[in-house]
Amino acid sequence: MKPPTDTDTLTAPAELAPVENPAVGIDQTAGNFSYKMDYAFDAGTGLSEDTIRYISSVKKEAPWILEFRLAALKKFFSMPLPTHWATKDLEAIDFQKIRYYLSQGQKPKRTWDEVPDDIKKTFERLGIPEQERKFLAGVEAQFDSEAAYSNIKDIVAKQGVIFVNSTEGLREHPEIFKKFFGKVIPTGDNKFSALNSAVFSGGSFIYVPKGVKVAQPLQAYFRINAENFGQFERTLIIADEGSEVVYMEGCTAPKFSTSTLHSAVVELVALKGAKIQYITVQNWANNVFNLVTKRGIAHEDAEIKWIDCNIGSRLTMKYPGVVLKGERARGEVISIALANDGQHQDTGAKMIHAANNTTSNIVAKSISVGQGRSTYRGVVHIPKHLKGCKNNTECDALLINTNSRTDTYPAITVRGDQNSTQHEASVSKVSADMIFYMQQRGLTEGQAMSLAVNGFINDLARQFPMEYSVELKRLIDLEMEGSVG
Amino acid sequence: MSTLEINNLHVSIGDKEIVKGLSLTIRSGEVHAVMGPNGTGKSTLSKAIAGHPDYTITSGDVLLDGVSILAQQADERARAGIFLAFQYPSEIPGVSIANFLRAAQQARMAEGEELDASAYYKRLYSKMDLLKIDRKFTSRAVNDGFSGGEKKRCEILQMAMLEPKFALMDETDSGLDIDALRIVADGINTMRGPNLGVLLITHYQRLLDYIVPDHVHVMYDGRIVKSGDKSLALELEAKGYDWIKKELQAATA
Ligand SMILES: Nc1ncnc2c1ncn2[C@@H]1O[C@H](COP(=O)(O)OP(=O)(O)OP(=O)(O)O)[C@@H](O)[C@H]1O
Ligand SMILES: [Mg+2]
Repeated sequence: MKPPTDTDTLTAPAELAPVENPAVGIDQTAGNFSYKMDYAFDAGTGLSEDTIRYISSVKKEAPWILEFRLAALKKFFSMPLPTHWATKDLEAIDFQKIRYYLSQGQKPKRTWDEVPDDIKKTFERLGIPEQERKFLAGVEAQFDSEAAYSNIKDIVAKQGVIFVNSTEGLREHPEIFKKFFGKVIPTGDNKFSALNSAVFSGGSFIYVPKGVKVAQPLQAYFRINAENFGQFERTLIIADEGSEVVYMEGCTAPKFSTSTLHSAVVELVALKGAKIQYITVQNWANNVFNLVTKRGIAHEDAEIKWIDCNIGSRLTMKYPGVVLKGERARGEVISIALANDGQHQDTGAKMIHAANNTTSNIVAKSISVGQGRSTYRGVVHIPKHLKGCKNNTECDALLINTNSRTDTYPAITVRGDQNSTQHEASVSKVSADMIFYMQQRGLTEGQAMSLAVNGFINDLARQFPMEYSVELKRLIDLEMEGSVG
Repeated sequence: MSTLEINNLHVSIGDKEIVKGLSLTIRSGEVHAVMGPNGTGKSTLSKAIAGHPDYTITSGDVLLDGVSILAQQADERARAGIFLAFQYPSEIPGVSIANFLRAAQQARMAEGEELDASAYYKRLYSKMDLLKIDRKFTSRAVNDGFSGGEKKRCEILQMAMLEPKFALMDETDSGLDIDALRIVADGINTMRGPNLGVLLITHYQRLLDYIVPDHVHVMYDGRIVKSGDKSLALELEAKGYDWIKKELQAATA
């Protein structure tokens, strides 16, 4: 391990008054290409206190953050893998063989011209069309651990919006972010949130001031570009009273020969009357373990909507959640998962109702192809003392052939008679006759399959912003083309 | 000018032989009606020609303009100009008729070539008008929740859009009400001409009043046992199939 090369000293921010945990009292228990990069900072492989101290010093973090990381590391080591309910495949992760921090040692870029050619080349290989590349000129893109590129920041800054990476957020704006950081998702929520809390880098920290409606979606592209390199981004979005923001995250990873770990933590806070929409379209390489914790707290009259699309990876475990903390808060999870051969999508949603007249909606669609496996896990919790709460849960599974496997574990605990839930589940198959019908109209088998799959998710895909639904269709086409002889 | 030649065709499903040596040649411009009792293999014949993977051709051949198509996948045969109007069309949830036909047309174009969207919609609407299909159907999912008659009309719409060389129409008349039958028949008659050959499977003479066939064939137990002109259909209507069975027994006795 190399020592930090940057020796600037940093003045620790003034210690802030301890704040009350906002989540207190709420029961949350219920493509084959890669380019050579010059990595200026490298934490080596393996995980120990030294790794954590190294990361923290490179980032010139305040002491409280180092303490937070070290406590998280202890927690991580003390917690078992959740294999009592999750797949034993988790045991295949060798935490000592993973690289926990890597940076190009570059400051975020402001203009397209300043973006390194290698990164531009990767964008090109990802097939992002010309006009979209221009669009990307207004995008916060994360390349490996650090944001390599940023511009939209300046635009939204005019509205008082803070849009920075996690390091900058904690260093420059602790008075805003410290209060909620690690509170929506406590370090010990699960083994992987503990891991992320210990080694996080990158990700976006966003604050939207009272009443501000951010016109354009804020975007970030994430990708992994080094062998054996884990990515642990940390995102925290705070929408102050009456504000609105849409955040989009897209992940396209080059393929690697050895297992890779991605373990992010995303925390959302929608204060009174605020609206947050968080959109993810991701396509991980076949060897990636994608173990992500995403949760939001919706205060009075606030709304949080997760739109989550998971394609690729060896194993994805992700259950976006909303804690409905204030009266009339609304939570929604729209989820699409596609499991191809050798992939397991273990996804779902958590809705924790903690106030009267709160409503939640879950629509989950999964597609299993070949040996692919899809699992839906849901938790809907409405305690007895509440009234006027509503949940709607819909899970639909599409099987592309007989080897495909799908399981649903919906856990809906609704107590009291003043609340209501509705639950529907369906399993359907793409039949040989349907494929023949489409082939008879001139479509190849692969085209027929992707059309059937796109049809299955059509009603959900329509909720994605235009460019994302186009991207999604393209990803599905690629997946389905590869799945037929 | 094209020909579709079916030569001594034998088709099995699993171990069971359904089509047992059937020969028939259709040229562009001709309409051949095929009639016959239930279960004699009419649908099997049409699906085997179209390339359904469950139907095994054990011997014989199908030639399009002198070239065997048996090695081709169903989609290659479709793009070569063979269209099957299904007796029981499949439903494709979530895929609109407009998008489906667009994908089908795009599949017929060279790589890199893009379909002109506005010209496409113009054409689609004109064909829908011809078949008196409400425009709101363009955004409905293919056959999903359609009534029996709507499905049949949707088949003809697809045929009109894809302009095949040969259309195999399997009981397109069944499920249509009297007015719809006339509309669909008018539509088919408009498409009729020197560039289209038709194999028209039907149980009823009624359809043949509208679409007058050049030839009528009777299929029985996997073979064509009798052929004639349009008067044969009238004869069948009047007498049923018994006399044909008797004739057959007499001939084989
Ligand atoms: N997939 C299948 N599996 C097993 N048997 C089949 C299958 N498809 C058709 N058959 C059988 O093959 C025979 C011929 O069926 P086919 O559908 O070709 O008859 P048809 O002449 O079209 O009858 P109809 O006039 O009732 O439409 C029938 O006995 C039928 O049960
Ligand atoms: Mg039939």
